Amino acid sequence: MSNTDNIILVLSEDLQRLPLDSWHRARNARMVPFAGHLMPVQYEGIIAEHLWTRQNAGLFDVSHMGQLLIATPGADQGPAERTLEALLPIDLATLDLGGQRYSLLLNDQGGILDDLMVTRWPGGFFVVVNGATKTADIAHIAARLPGDVTLTERSDHGLLALQGPRAAEALASLGVEPAASGIVPACDLWFMQAGPYRWNGADLHISRSGYSGEDGFEISVPIDAIAAFADALAAHPAVRPVGLGARDSLRLEAGLPLYGHDLTPQIDPIEVGLGFAIARRRRASGGYPGHARIVAALTAGPARRRVGLSVTGRMAAREGAVVMAGETPIGLVTSGGFAPSVDQPVAMALIDAAHAVTGTELTIDVRGRAIGARVVPLPFVPHRYHRKGIA
Amino acid sequence: MPRYFTLEHEWIDVDGNVGRVGITDYAQGQLGDITYVDVPALGAVLARGDSAAVVDSVKAASDIYAPVGGTVTAVNAALADAPDLVNSSAETDGWLWTMELSDPSQLGGLMDAAAYAKLLADQ
Repeated sequence: MSNTDNIILVLSEDLQRLPLDSWHRARNARMVPFAGHLMPVQYEGIIAEHLWTRQNAGLFDVSHMGQLLIATPGADQGPAERTLEALLPIDLATLDLGGQRYSLLLNDQGGILDDLMVTRWPGGFFVVVNGATKTADIAHIAARLPGDVTLTERSDHGLLALQGPRAAEALASLGVEPAASGIVPACDLWFMQAGPYRWNGADLHISRSGYSGEDGFEISVPIDAIAAFADALAAHPAVRPVGLGARDSLRLEAGLPLYGHDLTPQIDPIEVGLGFAIARRRRASGGYPGHARIVAALTAGPARRRVGLSVTGRMAAREGAVVMAGETPIGLVTSGGFAPSVDQPVAMALIDAAHAVTGTELTIDVRGRAIGARVVPLPFVPHRYHRKGIA
Repeated sequence: MPRYFTLEHEWIDVDGNVGRVGITDYAQGQLGDITYVDVPALGAVLARGDSAAVVDSVKAASDIYAPVGGTVTAVNAALADAPDLVNSSAETDGWLWTMELSDPSQLGGLMDAAAYAKLLADQ
């Protein structure tokens, strides 16, 4: 037996332990190196954890992600706002206090350096970036900061995600309270809204968001309170800890791209189906990196597209497998694997746009064998976000 | 019936000139939830160390190697509908294939149960 995932990497001094490292180990987590950290990949098993999250609530430790505050000293956040708009194709004029938005850090060619979340706070912008890209993102942003804007990494906070249809019920049981006037109870937040809260004397930042396709929350917790907070959540009967393995299969089924796999500096937002992240005002006014290429892709239509593929049979098609139309290679699988809630393998691939129409029958070369694959709409499993205006 | 083990965590039970091959319980535990097993073709001629089967888990696809050389005489048909037999019964009902050995002297290069247990204990 051999596979690359099971190679035991030498633990270098650089590999960081999570604040909840011993908490995970006490729950029989298998810890693996990921994004410079030792991370829990699974506890009881990926399929069981995946299905539990779809039916109940999964607690994920995503403390490897970067939590940044980009701010201007004083009340006027105009300089911080202009700085972010010079980096991201985002329209912050339409982002209210407590509003959260998905955006993309772009290079000058319009390639994707990272995907991230931006939330407007009273005293600046809270930005959550991927763990694997955190160091490079900080360097990229810091090199472009004017003198009146600061970048602070909130490394004294961990980040937990509570995801699933019973996430709100579990969070409500903890007695988390709004930390300012005008802040709604956490369970009354809508998808992509956030606010400050308090729990047992600890200041939390809670957003209604996540990356599983389910309703849920992401909770920034001071490190000195995170074990008690995780214990309190895990004590709820609907909550079980869930590892990175199920986090990946959940987001794949939800059709959500993963940085470093579906998104890279060689891929632009339009071809990968993230045109919604280019704000309407910015499409016209520009002023963000890569505007010319993005306008060209919007005008001409992209040459490649990200598609969902329903894979025939039981053998998984994984990242890097070549997608074929007849004898012609037309692209690569960027994410793929067994989808527990679909009960079959699925994949996302970046392929020639001419073959990207729903229903197109293609094949994938998996270990020298041509496996059938049909282009299907994303997501593979419907999103169940708690959206405003949807009962 | 003697059982031998490989460094790559395969086992082979040998009865006369025929061997039955699977992966060890330790191996299935490392792989996690198994979703598909690609068994070799009947009649396939394998050299020692050839990649003979692929075990797909939620995490990754893993090659399973022939512990010794020989010709495939049967494959475990139950795995087509129940690949998780390899998780639940790796060293019994979750066997992968049987083979007629081409050179039984190759068994001398494998470990016995005590040596394999020591290998696991040292990990």
